[in-house]
Amino acid sequence: MIETDILIIGAGPCGLFTVFEAGLVQLRCHLIDTLPQPGGQLTEIYPKKPIYDIPGLPDILAGDLVKNLLEQAAPFKPGFTLGERTETIEKLEDGRFKVTTNLGTEHIAPVIAIAGGLGCFEPRKPPIVNIADFERKGVEYIIKDPEFYRDKKVVIAGGGDSALDWTIFLEEIAEEVMLVHRRKQFRGAPDSVEKVMQLAEAKKITLITEAQVVGLGGNGKLENVVIKTKTEGEKTQKTDHFVPLFGLSPKLGPIAEWGLNIDKNAIEVDTFDYRTNIPGIFAIGDINTYPGKLKLILCGFHEATLMVQSAWKQLNPDKKLTLKYTTVQGVTGFES
Amino acid sequence: MIKITVIDRENNPHEIEAPTDMSLNLMEICKASELPVQGTCGGMALCSTCHCYIQSKHELPEANDAEEDMLDQAFFVEDNSRLGCQIKLSDDLDGLVVKLAPE
Repeated sequence: MIETDILIIGAGPCGLFTVFEAGLVQLRCHLIDTLPQPGGQLTEIYPKKPIYDIPGLPDILAGDLVKNLLEQAAPFKPGFTLGERTETIEKLEDGRFKVTTNLGTEHIAPVIAIAGGLGCFEPRKPPIVNIADFERKGVEYIIKDPEFYRDKKVVIAGGGDSALDWTIFLEEIAEEVMLVHRRKQFRGAPDSVEKVMQLAEAKKITLITEAQVVGLGGNGKLENVVIKTKTEGEKTQKTDHFVPLFGLSPKLGPIAEWGLNIDKNAIEVDTFDYRTNIPGIFAIGDINTYPGKLKLILCGFHEATLMVQSAWKQLNPDKKLTLKYTTVQGVTGFES
Repeated sequence: MIKITVIDRENNPHEIEAPTDMSLNLMEICKASELPVQGTCGGMALCSTCHCYIQSKHELPEANDAEEDMLDQAFFVEDNSRLGCQIKLSDDLDGLVVKLAPE
């Protein structure tokens, strides 16, 4: 059981900066994110892209901005629950919220800040009509334990690093590995591309390019896939597993069911302090919407700062908060 | 100003007047016209939510590596597949017809 003052859902730039602002008024934070590392889309999608509109930083790589935000937040000792998806929320008798993840980790806090950006990143699922019928019955979007594929026939689809890396890795474990990709070129690391080409030439794997998996068949569990190639049309391939690796795409996810007012995949807030329609739950950054909303990191920082002031007032109803400049006081972190 | 036609996923055509002096791309004009294009990554060719098919015979600059790489993560990719965010609206594109790819 994790207890904190502000539970932040989403460890992107906005969530990380909230830790700093909360720390300045002596509030502690804990962050939950579905991704295994902090930084949100900055680390997951574009770590090497420069950002030019962070005030005072003429240009900074997205990955470096995250590194800096982590350093800035570090004195305030944030806690992290990473690689877990926020599932349910429950109001406790003492007025606090209990938030539970898909793995059952429980968090209790009086204030919730949803800084979920575009939502939680989930594997992109190929639009094959009956794919849902075979999930966990031969279709896996993520490889958790390679041993699961020992002496099995596996068809992998995709052209990025994960498709290449798993093809190479599973070649030694699985009975047969087939890689299906829509074009002849691969965008993965050159070493991996070369290795896959070598394995294909040595007939240790089967490489099918300019092709897509378009159908799945089987009785109760996956037995075959239909592969459509540019030149030869459709053919059926026997397999035990189909692993489509097409990257991640964001979905609002279980938060959509929390009773918050939602407009086009974004949470409606009051711009006074970015409160939602549920008292004690705020939404900041790309996940919220209000008249004039701009999805910019710098706007998210502002939203986080104002939100924290209201969180403090909620937790200290009888006290008055006075703004203290960091230039006067410096930054004093938490001891532990 | 040019006129383009965007065919949505229900096969309804939408005629859009698009300015060519604001360095807009196809994804942005679709969003501005409230068509169901997400443009999740904001136009960096880092998602594929603006995947579309070019149906008119306009000569477009070839897709660069980043765009091809991202089309690898899209589905229903055809020879005329492009990412809307990589198509800059210019006067040569008057009369362009595109169809939004399935989500």
